[in-house]
This record gives sequence, C-alpha cells and structure tokens, in this order.
Amino acid sequence: MTYISKPRLHHPTLTANKVGYTRRDYEGRISTLCAGCGHDSISAAIIQACWELDIEPHRVAKLSGIGCSSKTPDYFLGASHGFNTVHGRMPSALTGANLANRDLLYLGVSGDGDSASIGLGQFANAMRRGVRMAYIVENNGVYGLTKGQFSATADRGSKSKKGVINSDSPIDLVGIALQLGATYVARSFSGDKEQLVPLIKGAMEHGGAAFIDIISPCVTFNNHAGSTKSYDYVREHNEAVNRIDFIASRNEITTMYAPGELVDVQQHDGSMLRLRKLRADYDATDRYSAMSYMQAHQARGEIVTGLLYVDPLATDLHTSLNTSAHALNAMGVAQLCPGSSALEKVNASLR
Amino acid sequence: MQRTDISNPTYFHKVVDCQWACPAHTPVPEYIRLIAQGRYSDAYMINWTSNVFPGILGRTCDRPCEPACRRGRVEENNGAAPEPVAICRLKRVAADMKDDVRLRMPALSPKNGKRVACIGAGPASLTVARDLAPLGYDVTVFDGEAKAGGFIRTQIPRFRLPESVIDEETGYILDLGVTFKSGQRIDSMNALLAENYDAVFVGCGAPRGRDLDLPGRKAAAANIHIGIDWLASVSFGHITTIGRRVIVLGGGNTAMDCCRSSRRLGGDEVKVIVRSGFEEMKASPWEKEDAMHEGIPIINYHVPKAFVLEGGKLIGMTFEIVKAVFDDQGQRTLVPTGAPDALIECDDVLLAVGQENSFPWIERDCGIEFDKWGLPMLGKATHQSTIAHVFFGGDAAFGPKNIITAVAHGHEAAVSIDRLLHGEDIQQRPDPMTNLMSQKMGIHEWSYDNDTSNDLRFKVPWAKAEMALASIKIEVELGFDVATAFKEAHRCLNCDVQTVFTDTACIECDACVDICPMDCITFTANADEAELRQHLQAPANNHQQALYVSGELKTGRIMAKDEDVCLHCGLCAERCPTGAWDMQKFLLNTTQAGAACRNGAQVKTLEEVVA
Ligand SMILES: Cc1cc2nc3c(=O)[nH]c(=O)nc-3n(C[C@H](O)[C@H](O)[C@H](O)COP(=O)(O)OP(=O)(O)OC[C@H]3O[C@@H](n4cnc5c(N)ncnc54)[C@H](O)[C@@H]3O)c2cc1C
Ligand SMILES: Cc1ncc(C[n+]2csc(CCOP(=O)(O)OP(=O)(O)O)c2C)c(N)n1
Ligand code: SF4
Ligand code: SF4
Ligand code: SF4
Ligand SMILES: [Mg+2]
Repeated sequence: MTYISKPRLHHPTLTANKVGYTRRDYEGRISTLCAGCGHDSISAAIIQACWELDIEPHRVAKLSGIGCSSKTPDYFLGASHGFNTVHGRMPSALTGANLANRDLLYLGVSGDGDSASIGLGQFANAMRRGVRMAYIVENNGVYGLTKGQFSATADRGSKSKKGVINSDSPIDLVGIALQLGATYVARSFSGDKEQLVPLIKGAMEHGGAAFIDIISPCVTFNNHAGSTKSYDYVREHNEAVNRIDFIASRNEITTMYAPGELVDVQQHDGSMLRLRKLRADYDATDRYSAMSYMQAHQARGEIVTGLLYVDPLATDLHTSLNTSAHALNAMGVAQLCPGSSALEKVNASLR
Repeated sequence: MQRTDISNPTYFHKVVDCQWACPAHTPVPEYIRLIAQGRYSDAYMINWTSNVFPGILGRTCDRPCEPACRRGRVEENNGAAPEPVAICRLKRVAADMKDDVRLRMPALSPKNGKRVACIGAGPASLTVARDLAPLGYDVTVFDGEAKAGGFIRTQIPRFRLPESVIDEETGYILDLGVTFKSGQRIDSMNALLAENYDAVFVGCGAPRGRDLDLPGRKAAAANIHIGIDWLASVSFGHITTIGRRVIVLGGGNTAMDCCRSSRRLGGDEVKVIVRSGFEEMKASPWEKEDAMHEGIPIINYHVPKAFVLEGGKLIGMTFEIVKAVFDDQGQRTLVPTGAPDALIECDDVLLAVGQENSFPWIERDCGIEFDKWGLPMLGKATHQSTIAHVFFGGDAAFGPKNIITAVAHGHEAAVSIDRLLHGEDIQQRPDPMTNLMSQKMGIHEWSYDNDTSNDLRFKVPWAKAEMALASIKIEVELGFDVATAFKEAHRCLNCDVQTVFTDTACIECDACVDICPMDCITFTANADEAELRQHLQAPANNHQQALYVSGELKTGRIMAKDEDVCLHCGLCAERCPTGAWDMQKFLLNTTQAGAACRNGAQVKTLEEVVA
C-alpha cells in the first residue's frame, strides 16, 4: 500500500469536459490493492469512460460486494454515491436502489468469487430481470482478498500458485448472461484500455442489463505460468471479435469505412455504438449465434473479447413492472403514502 | 526512437533543471534536502564547493536556476500563478544558519613550486585561488582596491548584501594560504609576464561605465554621474547624499541599484527611465518589483534627448516618446509617436546605460590578441588566451555577466591551469563525477520525502519600508526563518531522484500509467520523436525535455516517458509489481582542479610546456 496520497498537481494540458470536470476529478482515494493488480487498470478505465461521457459524478451510484475487486469503488468516482454491500449480494442491493431511484446511473462492481461463487444466484436473477445497470466483473479466477483460492471461474486444468491443478469446470459468466437475457454482453481485458473504455461507455449508456466480464490478472496469486488468467496467457489467447467506438450522437461520425466492416448500433438514448468487425463471421446483434460462436471458440482455448451481444431496443425492469416514471425521492408524501383508503382499494382489488 | 542511453551523464543532468541551468552546476536538490533536515552546514559546504560564495549568492545571485525550475512548470494550470522553488533564498538559509565551517575547509597540500598570479580580487579570481591554493600552488591575487571581492564589494549596495558576508566568504579563500596584494593595481602586463609566473589569470572585470553624449552633458557634469562609479563612491562612503529629484537612465541591475541607493541618500522623487519596453529591461523581474515596491516608478519608451540647464544648473531632461513597431520578421524598431517631447525635472542624473571592458594596462604587443569588440581572443572552454599560460575569466572574458558565471569561469580556468602545468592537453576537459543509486528503503519507503507539497512559494520577509529606506546599510530582505525554510524546501520536487526503467522486468500491467498524476508514462507503438510526442498520454510539447524511451517490450510496444513535468513522486515505482521502475538518485559534481581532472602525467616545467 502506498502511504502518500496521489499528488493533486496534474498535467498542465489536462482539460475539463462538458460538465466542467477534469479526468482527475473522477478519481477516488489512492488504491490499497497490490501494485500491478489488474483491478486498478479497470478503475482507471472507468474514470476515463465517465470523464469522456461528461457524466456528473453525483448521478452515479456504484455498488459492490466483497473482494479486492469490490473494494475498487473506493478508488474511483470519489464524488459519487457508493454502497459496499455483503459478499455476493450487490445485485439485490443494486436492484432495490434502482427501483427506488431510477434517475441514477448504476455501476455494479464485483469479482468472480463475488458473482460466480457465493453470489451466482444473485447475479443470474439480476440478469434475468433486466435491471438497468453496468455490471462489471473483475475476473481473476481466484479469491484475491482471501489469498488466492480458485474461484468458480477458474478454468479446468489451470494451475494454482502452489501447483494444485483445478479439476472443476468453470462457470462462464458471459454464457449465463447471454442465456438469461442480458441485453449488452461484453468481455475484455484489464490490460487493453483501447478496447475496454468504449465498452464501459456503451454499458453505462445502455438501456437495460449490461454485463462486462473483464479478465483482470491477480499479480499476487494468479499471474504465474500455468494460470489461464495471467497477463501473458491472456495476451497470447486474446481473440477480439470487434473493436467498438462509442459515439455520443450521430453527427459526430466522421471516419468512413468500407461497407460490411462496420455495424452501427443506435442505443435507446440516441448514442451510437460503431462496431469495427475483426471477425467477418461474427454478428453481435444475434444472441444465439453469439452463444454458439463463443462456445466453439472457447473450446479451442481462445479468449473471445469485444462486444459479444447487444440488443439496441433493450428495455428494463421499470418498463416490465410499469413503475412510476419518477424516482421515489422526487415524490411528495401524499404520493408515497396515499393513506388507508388507498390501501383499502388495493386490498379490495385483490379479494 | 532509439532506446535512451541513460549512461550518458547529460541525460539525467538535464532532468535536474536547476543544476543544468546553474553555470557552476550546483547540485541544488541535494542541498535543499539537507536544509529540510536542518543540516545547514552540510548544505553550505555543498554550495561552497560548487559556487564558492553561498552567503553572497544567496542574496544576490542572478538565479538562472529559478526560471528553469520544474516547479514552475508543474504548477502551470493548477490554480495560482506558477512559481519556482526559492532556490536562491534557500541557499541564504544554509549560509545564515550554519555552524562554524572553518574546520571543514580543505587541507593544504605541500607547495608544488608553481606560481600563479590572479589580477583582480573579484569572484572569478577568487575562485581560481580557491581551487588552486589547496593543491599546493603559490597563488598571488592583486587588486587595486583595499579589500577583496571586486564588484561584489564595490558595486552591490549594502542594503542587498552586508559587508560582513563579503568579509566572511572572501576570508575563507584568502585563509587558504593565498597571498593578497591589496591596493596594488597592475599597470603593465609585460612587466607582470617578466615576473615569470607559471600561469596568469586575468579577472579584472568590466570596469568602465558607458557615458551618454547628449546636449548639455558637459555643462551639467556636476550633477551627472556614471552609475558604477557613483555606486563605488557610495560604497566607500565618499558620497552620502543626492538631490531630491533623481533620474536613473537604464534598465539593468546597475540602474536598479542606483535608484534604490538614491532613495536612501535623500532622493524622494526617483524615477527609472528606459528607452524601450518594461519587459525588455535587463533587470530581473524581482529587481524591478523591489524598486517599484520602494516607490520608484519605471517609465518606458522614453528616449533621452538632452540635459536641460537653467542658470548653468541641471533642471531636467527632455525625452522623445516612442513606441515599439514590429515588422514581418518580428524585428522591433522604436518609432516616435509624434507626441511632444517630455520634460522631466530633476536635480541629478545617474547613467546606468551599460558597461564596457577596458584593458588599458595590457600592452597590445604583449602577445594577447583582442577581437574587434576589444575582448581577448579565448578558447571557449579553456579560457586560454593567445599566450598559452595566460587565462581570462569573469566579466573580463566575454563581457559583463554575473557572479555565478564568473565563478564557473574560475573553475574552468583552474582546471586548464592545473592540466597545463601538469603537461596535459587542456582542450581535453574532464568528465563530471556521476553516481546513480537506488533510494528504495522498503516496499513503499524511500530515502527522500516523495510526498509532493501543495504549498505555493513563500515570500521572504522584508524590513519595514521606513526602516529600510532610512539607511543604506540596513539589509532589506530578512531571509527565511527555520519553519518557512523547511516548508519552502519541501516544494522542491527532488528532480535528481530519477525514474529509472528496466525493460526486461516490465510486464506491461499499466499500473504506472494509471497512477502517474502527471500523465508522464505511455506504452505505445514506437515512432519517430515528433510523432511520438503527440501520441502520448499527454502531449509532450516542451522539447527542452527528453522522452525516455525503452527498448521493445513483450507486446512489441515501447515505454515512453516525458520527463517534462514528472514530479519525482515515485508512485510509478511504488505501483510497479516487478520493480521495473526504481527511483535512483543521480548525483553530478563537475570535476574541479586537482588529481581528478588530470590524466596523471608527470609535472613538466613551463619551458617544456610552451616549447
Ligand atoms: C551595480 C552592479 C550590480 C550588480 N549586481 C549583481 C548581482 O546582484 N548579482 C550578480 O550576480 N551580479 C551582479 N553584478 C555583476 C557582477 O558584479 C559581476 O559580473 C562580477 O562581479 C564579475 O566578477 P569578476 O571576477 O569578473 O570581476 P569584478 O567583480 O569586476 O572584479 C574585478 C576586480 O579587479 C580589479 N582590477 C581591475 N583591473 C585591475 C588591475 N589592472 N590590477 C589590479 N586589480 C584590478 C578591480 O578593482 C576589481 O576589484 C552587478 C554589477 C553591477 C555593476
Ligand atoms: C459471506 C462471506 N463469505 C466469505 C467471505 C470471505 N471472502 C472475502 S472476499 C472473498 C472472495 C472474493 O473473491 P472475488 O470476488 O473474486 O474478489 P477478488 O479478491 O478476487 O477480486 C471471500 C470468499 C466473506 N467476506 N463473506
Ligand atoms: S490479491 Fe490479487 S486481486 Fe487482490 S489486490 Fe492483490 S493482485 Fe489484486
Ligand atoms: S523542483 Fe527542486 S530539483 Fe527540481 S528544478 Fe526546482 S529546485 Fe531543482
Ligand atoms: S515519479 Fe513516476 S508517477 Fe510520479 S510524476 Fe514521475 S513518472 Fe509520474
Ligand atoms: Mg477474484
């Protein structure tokens, strides 16, 4: 852990975004993670994405569970709302917060242990319900915080730091998210910000449940030869299907590409995701072909990254429950507590 | 780009902006750290070794280090106006607060039988004497004045520099077994050469103040004074008053000293008048500020036309009012505005319009050649004249500069003399002594304080204006107290503690990129320098500062670090999991006269050398 705080001084050319903040304004406290932990790079990518999106920090709520990954919300968006919940229970806390206040942008930060081991049920149901959020799993294949035990995403045959071979099959969070109806599904790598930052931006602006599985090496417990989540292994096996550019509005589109190479996907809020295909046979708007592509390539040992699936017309839990258009904190007492006669009516309708 | 060669001593030296800019290459951050630790005597001796006059320079130095200081760049666009570390005033702290340092002065070697004559007892000559006397040379310093110090003593007014400081620091040198022949002006170079000194160093300064030949100059002579002569007379106490209304012509440091001295000798309406613009004045910004602070207006774009007399007595001067016009090439000319000439009334005029070299005592047939400007023809690095064993330094060498330049010349000339008298080629200059050492003490502990201070520059307290103006002998600046010095010292970024990168250890995890507060570090595809500078985490537009570039890394990319605004906070090294980054202190000392500057040849006689 670093003893000093990050100096306040910044580069003289650092600029403010449309809402008046510099990138440094989106930072949090100095990280207490191990030097070189992939999670810190993800924090930096989130900071970059929020700055580029001109997001006002007070419009974001960041929720997390328990783990090194779940500690990271302390290290970014220091001026945003935050809730460090119980191990594996971030999705239900986030769902509740979202139902109460639909006006905030929700950022769920979790680990592979937090989401695939203890919190698998929570994870699955949040995806299934279409809670509008950007759900990020910082996936290192181990329980970093408790000293490196294999987590449920560890690949079969992967070797622990002490030399033990993992014999269980891995849970593929991307596969589950696709299967359970998430409307924005991506995989990336903490060491590739060029790919990661636009993916986070697309997720933050997505209209439904957005999930990003980010492979994020644990330098201390899972970065050795024989690990399938090490910097070297991921770099060697990374197969990106596309690169995305996030474009806030249509008139900003300037570069021209040959037809067929590009897919423009307009999201519900008018923003555009421009996909530059790296694999001609990959279609990111078809859930089922995405699933089979993923499985086929994963079986060959490839780590498929990029925007794997997006449904531009996604809706969310509020739409399906037909909830009020306003956040609860924006309503008056009379609306929130309409009195016993209203209760009578509801009860009567159910008799 | 090519992989950076950090073994070249100039690479890291340039990163230490202040040391690079200091003509004597004083290891500034090294002594600033010692001040923060309260080790004033140690800090003083580091200065003494490099710049010879820490107490004097700590009050008067032209401080080329300060405009160069990185602190000024890193504070840019970070709130208040950017300001460098008060390097010069910290030097004074070391001098003011040190203990008795006499026991730390160099031991004297047995005499080596070589005789060296130094003409003038200014900073240049005294530096030569300081460097050579302890080595066993028999050094004789001649000066026409009664006391040593040169212009330091005769020109710089006492309210900026108390005489006790001059006595102390010239004393340390004269006590090294130097023979000081005071009151002895050398009238003939030929006669001096006939005395067969093994080497002669000419440090006689640039003693002649320029005159201004305008109508009325002769008739009003009684009230028109050449600035540097007048200051010398004030210094010796021959002049103690001046008229109530004074005009000072000129914009350099002589003008500033003239106007402020006048304020203390009865001038209560003192004006500085310059031909061109305020910004173009030669005086440093702080000198101008000091003068204006004392109620002295600076009037610009006034070209002097005539001295005006009434009844045979000076009553004022007329000026043509001009403006600056720039042509396509950016060349400036001053053109009349057409406004009627201004008459500015005065009782006395001080001329501070420049200084000239003059060598009336050097016979033009003695073998020393002069150029068309009247300056001696010299080797740029060696300071050697057209007579092999005669050297020039200080203002006498390349025209008037300042004290620290005179000191730097003295060191170089001493190296030349030492090598020459040991029969070695003086064109060959010794490399500096350098050392690079890790500062790591623990996982996140360093042997320097890496926590960057957010303080803005502290102001040096001043004596109350009424008090300061009451006497020419009262020092205006009071110097930092211990607590302020400590805080100011912390503003220093320790630019000598270098970020050193080991390519083979890097796993490209981005931790350093993510933590760096100044966006210095980028992993990127290699390109030529111009392109690379624009494709970094932040643009690298200061071409004075290098890009530190690694060899090819595992992913085929390179690491490129812009040295420009690095805070030397060490966070990159703290966040690096493999120790690919390390903070290593780079110490550079220029090599001075003595065994270290020589190749080790036998001592030859002068006849052998000259032959
Ligand atoms: C008014 C004024 C203010 C200044 N203020 C500053 C300042 O604040 N900071 C700064 O850095 N610089 C300042 N300078 C410049 C600085 O004083 C000089 O650059 C510096 O002193 C030059 O040093 P030097 O060793 O070359 O010679 P000098 O200091 O000029 O000394 C030359 C000495 O040689 C002696 N001499 C000359 N001819 C002979 C001879 N034939 N025989 C024997 N002796 C001889 C002279 O008497 C004199 O003592 C100032 C200059 C002036 C005029
Ligand atoms: C209910 C509960 N069970 C177990 C733990 C112990 N525990 C803390 S963190 C953690 C695993 C975290 O792993 P992951 O989510 O992958 O985070 P990482 O540290 O790897 O980023 C466990 C099991 C706990 N804090 N709470
Ligand atoms: S233990 Fe692993 S996951 Fe946790 S901070 Fe260290 S490197 Fe990161
Ligand atoms: S910050 Fe310190 S070391 Fe760096 S240039 Fe300024 S005085 Fe020198
Ligand atoms: S020392 Fe390292 S982290 Fe600190 S400013 Fe310099 S490059 Fe950046
Ligand atoms: Mg984990």
